[in-house]
Amino acid sequence: MHWIILPVVLPAMLAPLIGFVMRHDIVLARTASVAGTVALLAVALGLFGMAADGATHVYRLGDWPAPFGIVLVLDRLSALMVLLTATLALMVLVHAIATGWDARGRHFHALFQFQLMGICGAFLTGDVFNLFVFFEVLLIASYGLMIHSGGRDRMQAGLQYVVMNLAGSTLFLFALGTLYASTGTLNIADLARVIPTIPPEEAALVRVAAMLLMIVFAVKAALFPVQFWLPGTYANAPAPVAALFAIMTKVGAYAILRVHTVSFGPGIEGTEDLAATWLFPAAIVTIAIGAFGVLGARRLMPLIAFSVLGSMGTLLIALAAFTPEATSAGLYYLVHSTFAAACLFLVADLVVTRRAGDTLAVRPPTVQNGLFAALFFAAAIGMAGMPPLSGFLGKLLVLDALRTPGTIGWAWTAVLAGSLVTIVGFARAGSALFWKSTATPAPETEAPAPAAASPLEVAPAVAGLAVLALLAVFAGPLSSYLQDTAAQLYDRAGYVTAVLTPETEG
Amino acid sequence: MEIIVASAVGVLTAGGVYLLLRLRTFPVILGLALLSYAVNVFLFASGRLAIDQSPILSKYGEASYTDPLPQALVLTAIVISFGMTAVLVMIGLASYLEADTDRIDLDDTREGEDA
Repeated sequence: MHWIILPVVLPAMLAPLIGFVMRHDIVLARTASVAGTVALLAVALGLFGMAADGATHVYRLGDWPAPFGIVLVLDRLSALMVLLTATLALMVLVHAIATGWDARGRHFHALFQFQLMGICGAFLTGDVFNLFVFFEVLLIASYGLMIHSGGRDRMQAGLQYVVMNLAGSTLFLFALGTLYASTGTLNIADLARVIPTIPPEEAALVRVAAMLLMIVFAVKAALFPVQFWLPGTYANAPAPVAALFAIMTKVGAYAILRVHTVSFGPGIEGTEDLAATWLFPAAIVTIAIGAFGVLGARRLMPLIAFSVLGSMGTLLIALAAFTPEATSAGLYYLVHSTFAAACLFLVADLVVTRRAGDTLAVRPPTVQNGLFAALFFAAAIGMAGMPPLSGFLGKLLVLDALRTPGTIGWAWTAVLAGSLVTIVGFARAGSALFWKSTATPAPETEAPAPAAASPLEVAPAVAGLAVLALLAVFAGPLSSYLQDTAAQLYDRAGYVTAVLTPETEG
Repeated sequence: MEIIVASAVGVLTAGGVYLLLRLRTFPVILGLALLSYAVNVFLFASGRLAIDQSPILSKYGEASYTDPLPQALVLTAIVISFGMTAVLVMIGLASYLEADTDRIDLDDTREGEDA
């Protein structure tokens, strides 16, 4: 039963060890970091298997009963998210090591492990205040990773990112204070028990708290109107870090899903209409911003960042429906878009380091032009949502779940038009980078050609594409698993009983 | 006392937001510090305002108590905001030294760089 806390404890023990003991030995640090991440993946697989039986496993720290002590809760959803994190982390880590990104600054591996600790903790916690604490852990690690290897643009973008998130954290605390003042608890299950007992005419403060929390999570999920930090941050972060950040926006989406379903969710008279009312239009605008950003970007990294923004819009449009069908479709799209975004950033890194800068200008072809073109093409059709990769199925599931008369017009128009504009944007970028360049003669006086990518450098991107293909091939079993996941998420009584029943099982 | 605490939170927040919107490193750091003071006072108040009472339940008699949980939350929040401010100062300094400007703004200056 102690397995549940391992995704938090393992990186938390490893990170200081790497930071203090192995800081002068990059080989040792790499070995430890990879070993730790592989172990995390193994633990995540174990937890995934454990949660697959449909029970809600609760880990009570120090055996304190639930509303008083700290609890970690493992259900299908959190197991899925931890597994997603571990898989993505291994991909990104191999890429960072193979391309030498980790050696361009200090403490990459220690910060990387702290980041994993924060993300896994945020997915596992059953308490809103610990959600705040784990948010801070993952944020402070992400500040370090964001400005890893330095440079003028990166420092300025990093400063903006830090300020944005500190303001977000302050708002989070205001939300928690309001919530505690009006309900007297911060445990997610206990909130789900208390909030329905508050009569709707007295629920004003709870509604304020719910709305503040949603704004905070929307900052993390990069939802309109607080999406503006994302393009600058992702475009200026080191590419492997940007790929890892693909899961950070999902932390915000997960938090909205968890808190606004279990605690404030459908069926609770005082607060149920809040999230659904505001999320839906915000998600539609986010899709539009993402799509036009992709079309208008003049550099490759902002282009990918804007496509991430668009994918967050599509994900949240599904989550905004707050029905089990739409949520399971949204979860499929969440898994897909995480890998698609990470893949794009990794491929872009391989390309950009072999060209001078990431402007979408026509230049002579670099080494392995064909290979990079193929990888970029595959990742781009994954992201844009074209068959045969999983993006197509993901968007199809989302559209299929949004059939209620009030939403179908806006949702279908936004998703379909957004996909079209995104495809045009990617096609334009791809043709400028890879296709037209083959017609450009190489200049006579040239610097030594950049080195070809070794198989290890290409492997993570290919692995990501393989995951996208597998997601498409096994879409049937996966989506039936995700339907069970969504059903478990909407079974509020089951969650509350599992967390609040004082039985000592650990 | 309510009016004092409430107006303290309000004034600190207003000052913090004003400084935050200046978008230069030094005022922004001060603004975030003010905001974190405001939120700490606010968290204290979220456990109801009570003076001269212990934060533990007494098993003898009807003695009332003040809620200990907000105090624990405030302690955590203070530690985190202190650490974050230190990080922010360092990143702000590094950014100022690199870019020679203390503006917190991303105008895409690289736009026409090699077009």
